[in-house]
Amino acid sequence: MSSSKPPTEDDVLAQAAKWQDQGRQVALATVVATWGSSPRPVGSQLVVDQRNNMLGSVSGGCIEGAVVHEARQVMESGQPRLLEFGVSDEQAWEVGLACGGTVKVFVERLE
Amino acid sequence: MKRELLDRLLEARAAKRPLALITDLATGRQALFCDNKLSGDLGLGDDRVGSLRQAIAADRSGVLDGDDGLFVQVVNPPLRMVVVGAVHIAQTLVPMATLAGYEVIVVDPRRAWATAERFPGVTLTTEWPDGALAGLGLDRRCAVVTLTHDPKLDDPALAVALGSETFYIGALGSKRTHGRRLERLRSQGFTKAELARIHGPVGLALGAKSPAEIAVSILAQITQVLHQAPAPRSAEAAG
Repeated sequence: MSSSKPPTEDDVLAQAAKWQDQGRQVALATVVATWGSSPRPVGSQLVVDQRNNMLGSVSGGCIEGAVVHEARQVMESGQPRLLEFGVSDEQAWEVGLACGGTVKVFVERLE
Repeated sequence: MKRELLDRLLEARAAKRPLALITDLATGRQALFCDNKLSGDLGLGDDRVGSLRQAIAADRSGVLDGDDGLFVQVVNPPLRMVVVGAVHIAQTLVPMATLAGYEVIVVDPRRAWATAERFPGVTLTTEWPDGALAGLGLDRRCAVVTLTHDPKLDDPALAVALGSETFYIGALGSKRTHGRRLERLRSQGFTKAELARIHGPVGLALGAKSPAEIAVSILAQITQVLHQAPAPRSAEAAG
């Protein structure tokens, strides 16, 4: 529809296709599970290309950096990854959710 | 995700078909479920297909049947908002609702109001509201808001909305105006319980004054009702 729309899940998937058409490597990240308070619901998506351009979100900005980092490796290897972020995780000390929730994020390459 | 599957998903979504994407989180294998058909490189048993239908009906993405190895992404057509009255408040409500993800349809038989210039990029209809709303096939994924202040236009729209399963009905007008509106609709045979579905005066009580502020109060109320109510069923399940 109109180009002034904000990034919805719809636009994330359409953007993934567009970027690939431009010859970019593309990975998709999807929130597949949440526990406790988490800023984005299950099904939320983020698309990222090899130049770290991104659209959408899987949190309130807390873990996107780490997800993008993982996405780069998924783009190279083609192996999907299931990531977990949260207070119970050691990663949380570096890149965790300040809100105290836990999220699982699935990262896959667009083939 | 295979590009071929993504293209099929985007195509089905553009055609407003409810669908689900199923992912094996260990292998990345995926299947698309749409129009009762599975495609892709992931096989699923018949028992799983029933669960997929339920997930689509509930509009809920998540793990399938508590099996945390399979993830289901539900993609339903967008919620719809029917705005009756191409008035100043509608000009601010329509872009806000679009931002919130609604597909918006503006209805006003007064051609001077319902112009593409006033409502760029929006579906406009100049049919009389009852005919227009009847033609839209209102379902539980629809909200209806009347903004004309004119009983000739608002009442027929409200009558059609009350006869449908829309998750939200709102009518602009003061308490007095709304009281008279309820009397008119009651004399048409609507019960008190049925009329209680109409939010009037429309919107949350924010003390809104300007058209944009009133639009905020309306969208806020619709959001509140949407998330307090059970998840609206998809068009597929409702049909």
